[in-house]
Amino acid sequence: MTEQIKIDFEKTIKSSDLAENDVNLKKQYLSSFIANGFPGKKLENWKFLDINQIIQKDIGELSYFNDYSVLNKVDVSVFVKDLEHNKIVFVNGKLEKIDFSNEEKDEIEIDESSKLESKIENNNSLIDLNSAFTNKICKIIIKRNYALKKPLIVYHLTNNEIKSKNVNSRLYFQLEENSSLKLIDFFNHNSEKNFLNIVYDFDLKKNAILKNYKIDKLQNKNIKYSFNNINQDENSISETFLLSSGSSFLKNEINCNLNGQYSSAFVNGVFLLKDNQQHEIRTSINHLVKNTKSYQLIKSVLGKKSKAAYQGKIFVNQKAQKTDGYQLSKAILLDETSEFNAKPELEIYADDVKCSHGSTSGSLDENSIFYLMSRGLNYQQSKELLINGFILEVIENITDQEIKDLIKNMIGLKE
Amino acid sequence: MDTREKEIENLKDYKYGFTTEIENIKAPKGLNEEVIKFISEIKKEPKWMLDFRLKAFKRFKLLKEPNWQKPKYPKIDYQDLYYYSAPKSMKDKPKSLDELDPKLLETYKKLGIPLQEQARLNGIAVDAVFDSVSVATTFKEELTKQGIIFCSMSEAIQKHPELVKKYLGTVIPTTDHFFATLNSAVFTDGSFVYIPEGVRCPMELSTYFRINASETGQFERTLIIADKGSYVSYLEGCTAPMRDENQLHAANVELIALDDAEIKYSTVQNWYPGDENGKGGIYNFVTKRGLCKGKNSKISWTQVETGSAITWKYPSCILKGDNSIGEFYSIAITNNHQKADTGTKMIHLGKNTKSKIISKGISAGFSDMTYRGLVDINSKAKNSSNYTQCDSLLMGNNCGAHTVPYIKNKNFDSNIAHEATTSKISEEQLHYCQQRGLNPEEAVGLIVNGFCKEVLQQLPMEFAVEAQKLVGISLEGSVG
Repeated sequence: MTEQIKIDFEKTIKSSDLAENDVNLKKQYLSSFIANGFPGKKLENWKFLDINQIIQKDIGELSYFNDYSVLNKVDVSVFVKDLEHNKIVFVNGKLEKIDFSNEEKDEIEIDESSKLESKIENNNSLIDLNSAFTNKICKIIIKRNYALKKPLIVYHLTNNEIKSKNVNSRLYFQLEENSSLKLIDFFNHNSEKNFLNIVYDFDLKKNAILKNYKIDKLQNKNIKYSFNNINQDENSISETFLLSSGSSFLKNEINCNLNGQYSSAFVNGVFLLKDNQQHEIRTSINHLVKNTKSYQLIKSVLGKKSKAAYQGKIFVNQKAQKTDGYQLSKAILLDETSEFNAKPELEIYADDVKCSHGSTSGSLDENSIFYLMSRGLNYQQSKELLINGFILEVIENITDQEIKDLIKNMIGLKE
Repeated sequence: MDTREKEIENLKDYKYGFTTEIENIKAPKGLNEEVIKFISEIKKEPKWMLDFRLKAFKRFKLLKEPNWQKPKYPKIDYQDLYYYSAPKSMKDKPKSLDELDPKLLETYKKLGIPLQEQARLNGIAVDAVFDSVSVATTFKEELTKQGIIFCSMSEAIQKHPELVKKYLGTVIPTTDHFFATLNSAVFTDGSFVYIPEGVRCPMELSTYFRINASETGQFERTLIIADKGSYVSYLEGCTAPMRDENQLHAANVELIALDDAEIKYSTVQNWYPGDENGKGGIYNFVTKRGLCKGKNSKISWTQVETGSAITWKYPSCILKGDNSIGEFYSIAITNNHQKADTGTKMIHLGKNTKSKIISKGISAGFSDMTYRGLVDINSKAKNSSNYTQCDSLLMGNNCGAHTVPYIKNKNFDSNIAHEATTSKISEEQLHYCQQRGLNPEEAVGLIVNGFCKEVLQQLPMEFAVEAQKLVGISLEGSVG
């Protein structure tokens, strides 16, 4: 693999016009990735789902070359219709379109200089891989006191021209004081058997509000890894919603640093899996100062041969007194071949805190089904009703009404 | 000073910190085949036993020391330890208690272990292990009448080789992890218990471990077999003298419960925890595992962990038999610079198996405490259930409390519920107690005992009292 990846790297660099400094930096990331390789189950964070094995089994040999000089056609038919929105479009990992036509021009700054300035501190080889191969990193700055009028949808599209390819995309958002952003990630794939590696970096200044909805709904045979790094200043709020349902493999990772007092982080997630799908959510919420809050709720509905894992960690620094941390994961296993693994972890160094977690997994409650059937529903209807109710609790946590309705429609949930 | 205060004053220091001047026979320092052969020879072991040890040692050489645990410790030089140390007078085994070295008896008296006939009053059969060898077993006759075998491991190897051969290493194989394999190679003594079919052991069985000699590691091996329909309750206690160096304790405990049998295993662990600056103390790296082999069998672990510089152990249950039950009740208290990484593993293999985990962690001073547990429900373990509750209490702002549960559910018929909380003693609770005339320390003692009640209740009565006191002592000086 090493030889191939080096050749692909040279080719990729040639296709993009990068400054020498950046190329050198990228080389460092490349050698770091080569040294560590894809993470496997020997690493604690990859214990439940071994991406190295999955890539080898599902894809085999990966190609890393991405020609950033080619112009890809954007398929406009996949855009979300019932919702006015701003767009960023990635096609096969290349940023093809940025459209903020709904917003005031001066309030959003787009910096396309390719600097790898945000070095995410994480000993994760996939981020190194992303840093080495991604094209120019686009930095989007939301100016002070500006709230976007319409949500921003980032489309991650792939077309059938690529196969067995590693695709890396990256975005950097800076939300200045009092600004707010609603961000939806939408995946649509006409390709199969590729490995997508998406890294987001968020910087939330004082009083900023970020709402990120990652929607992986459409069935596809790709392997995906998504990493969100969120830094939060005083009084800022981040809300992340993850719908993990479409890809054959998906791991969502959220690393959130609560650096400012009264900042809070919310993570809500839903797994809806079937047929050999393997998904994971791993969160790491770091309470670093006093009076911060976090809340996590993950619910899973697992069908035939599917496997889901949730690793959630709450870390409380010695200085972070009065922390309020909460974590709950619930899973319903629908079939004898489905599997749910959880590792809800607390690491606490301060004494005046309120931290708790809970985790349950099991089958649908037969008594509830009996109750519904005795009122005239058939088995299938009762089951659906119970599952819908189960998931709805997470969906109801979405604070934006418009987007909540959109997601409900997508899943086909009725109230 | 009233008597209670005096008592506390006495207990404040580690009262088991004395050493006993006894001549010892030691194996040559270091770890190699020669030493293993020496141990085997001095214990007059049959060849199959030596082979067992050598096989384990061969495997051990291939293993790497694990490093994933939370409490890190300086590298142990396994060549710089004595693997066998025995009081010299034990060389020709005494036939009865009267022939025991009076110094040994005095030591046990200081420890409060009822070795002598007064033991009859307490009604507890004791097997005492001093450094590496088992020195005395009481109440033998009475137990023999019922067909119960309760003796040292060495004796069992001589007298009941068929049982030892059949069960030793079946729960913790020689190919297990680093410390367990080390133990299989060099274990020196320990207790052996066999309860025959249908017998309900009339008294609590108990082992007392003590590390006396310096630079020795203690490697005991305990094997308890409960045959069909039998019941036994077993308790172990541990102490060690105060020394500046860290000492290694790597025991293996294997429990096997056949059809309808029940084993209750309680531990009150009070190894020397080191001084308040974290110097010295025991490294308690113990492997404890129970196998519910038969149908309807039950294994219950109860532990009160207050001692040791580092405690690193996970008493586990393998629930193989249908309808078998595993339970784990734990109180772990760390103070000063103590560290603990403890919890349990519940592995559900049989149908309708149930497990329950109640873990209470209390950390004070500069200590660090981790609950790490595994609940694994296999795809064949239909209709199984687990309930886990782990609560942590933090006292002071320099300590840490962590919870790392691993939950694996591969069976859709089964239910797992897990909950954990972390908190501190609230000002209101303290205020309420103090208002009613308790001083702050007493108030904390009361609240902590309430916090631990669920676990303390599981201990045999005699030890519950001792454990309750121990809880109070361990937290001495951590308030205010």
